[in-house]
Amino acid sequence: MPEQVFFALEAAANGLMTGVLYALVALGFVLIFKASGIFNFAQGVFALFAAMTLVGFQNGQIPFAHLINAIFGTSLHHFGWNMPTVLAILCTMAVMVLLAFLVERWVLKHLVNQEPIILFMATIGLAYFLEGFGDVMWGADIKKLDVGLPQGMSSAIDEATYSLFGYGFFIDRLDVVAAVVAAMLVVALMLFSQFTKYGRALRAVADDHQAALSVGISLRFIWVMVWAIAGFVALVAGMMWGTKMGVQFSLSLIALKALPVLMLGGFTSIPGAIVGGLIIGMGEQLFEFSVGPLVGGATQNWFAYMLALVFLVFRPQGLFGEKIIERV
Amino acid sequence: MFYREAGDFKTSYRDDAQTFPIAFDRLRYYLVLAVALGVIPFMINDYWANAVIVPFLIWSIAAIGLNILMGYAGQVSLGTGGFMAVGAYATFKLMTSFPDLNIVIIVVLSGFITAGVGVLFGLPSLRIKGFYLAVATLAAQFFLIWLFNRVGWFYNYSASGQINAPERTVLGIAVTGPASPPWAQYFICLFFVLVVAWMARNLTRGSVGRSWMAIRDMDIAAEIIGVNPLKAKLTAFAVSSFFIGIAGSLFFSVYLGAVEVGEAFGIEKSFIALFAVIIGGLGSIFGSFAGAAFMVLFPVLLKNILVNGLNWPTDLAAHIQLMVIGGLIIVFLILEPHGLAALWRVIKEKLRLWPFPH
Repeated sequence: MPEQVFFALEAAANGLMTGVLYALVALGFVLIFKASGIFNFAQGVFALFAAMTLVGFQNGQIPFAHLINAIFGTSLHHFGWNMPTVLAILCTMAVMVLLAFLVERWVLKHLVNQEPIILFMATIGLAYFLEGFGDVMWGADIKKLDVGLPQGMSSAIDEATYSLFGYGFFIDRLDVVAAVVAAMLVVALMLFSQFTKYGRALRAVADDHQAALSVGISLRFIWVMVWAIAGFVALVAGMMWGTKMGVQFSLSLIALKALPVLMLGGFTSIPGAIVGGLIIGMGEQLFEFSVGPLVGGATQNWFAYMLALVFLVFRPQGLFGEKIIERV
Repeated sequence: MFYREAGDFKTSYRDDAQTFPIAFDRLRYYLVLAVALGVIPFMINDYWANAVIVPFLIWSIAAIGLNILMGYAGQVSLGTGGFMAVGAYATFKLMTSFPDLNIVIIVVLSGFITAGVGVLFGLPSLRIKGFYLAVATLAAQFFLIWLFNRVGWFYNYSASGQINAPERTVLGIAVTGPASPPWAQYFICLFFVLVVAWMARNLTRGSVGRSWMAIRDMDIAAEIIGVNPLKAKLTAFAVSSFFIGIAGSLFFSVYLGAVEVGEAFGIEKSFIALFAVIIGGLGSIFGSFAGAAFMVLFPVLLKNILVNGLNWPTDLAAHIQLMVIGGLIIVFLILEPHGLAALWRVIKEKLRLWPFPH
């Protein structure tokens, strides 16, 4: 086979791996949208905030150090100890649950029965707030996140493909780990929603709010739970992306990439989020590989949105979404 | 007491259909105009023009444009920054290609070019709705920014990739370029604000505006009673983009003077316009002004208090500003989902009954 084909294959494989990471963010969107009909724009900032908090705990940073320094003229920055990774992850998880609780308590509760677009705007406001809050709490500098995930080129894949095709593929080990974690997460979520009491309640709420209420399911508890799960998914996504490119503001822009993924897969479908992520990830890599050099490169910035746009014109509900039925 | 319709008898249909039916409102409107035309130009200095008044006027135009699309026609758009960039780059290309053309004509032409681009990106709205459309407009945002960043023709192959506004004059007075006096910048922006607000007000209460509102309230029902959704949606996109293009054009040529596209017209600009519309009130021209004023004034105020007043570092102030704006948006949505305009409406209702509310 000619070399170009191998290059294309390698780009596609790497695209698939990136797609898994997109899918991870998209998963959080789908969960919240299914359970509460809210399109949570803040999901990306959730991931950023989770990653920041994790790094902050690990390095023993003092929260709000900048603010305290500005007010009292002190120069605090670190506690002077490092937290073990597992403990830090647990603490971050606790913070995300608390966040979910507060969001329900202070925001969602007051916006019940508002139009979806108002709720959407509220999540944009939440995204802004949380972004500022994270920066005030932990500082806005780019941080390195290391939770012990393997990184660098995977030599096993390199050797295997070399012996097969005579050309070694370059694939980051982190991407492989991310793919495995994403798969595990999806399976765990499926099991949870199929076989546990709360999972069934969750599906009931997703199906019909009123009917769920009438059989005694607490809507508010389910919402807190769903936002907490979305927070957990955000934490996982934040860990992966944070390890890959450092914890910085651009993490929250990844979330925007998850939007076309959702549009492609349909807002209400978990498998859709995964398949959409894979299509987008692979599509943008291949497009950049084949067309990018002709038009000046960096086509990843917009290709996903254009693909989703063109796709939606032909199938407005996405690949796996429920058919949109409208009545007067 | 003074805020009444009573006693103000209308004797013609023309009088009956005027924009401000209450005498006090009319008086207030003329007063604002008089201050805007007769007082501010003599008081304005560089700081006020650059930090407050000119950006306020330009964002008002953008907010009116977005409000037509979102508030009147019900089509959510996150592509405002991209469309403003179209206006800016159209202005740049026209300015450099036709040096003798008057700047006012250039700005209007840029508006028309943006309207064309807006219609193009509005086409999918015929098939997709709601959130899906909001995300689809992100395609416009990212694609347009990428286009202006990568294709050399748009920035005349300049080495830095920036575009710079050359000096252009109206009636012999420079309005663009570094030598233009603040009052000239103010006047050119005010001129466009007045024209745009007048157009928007009269479009939205005419048959076009009613067809937009019908589509917004329920598009299928509107279609059944004979509103052509193709025409209504595309005119909304065209008019909205026309205004946003004018805003982008002024933003580049009069306000900034030199522009790097990713920085000046990034997605956060789309959010500023969006927040202005939400905070001001969907479907209200007054609301667009109020929202734009809020989004421009509030950061300046906060920065003055935190950085100049309390001597806090600027980056901390910027983060706190993000927090406060995000928090305020949530508070607004909870307390008054229809924005400052609704607050104003409530005040007017109260005034009508004052001082005898029973």
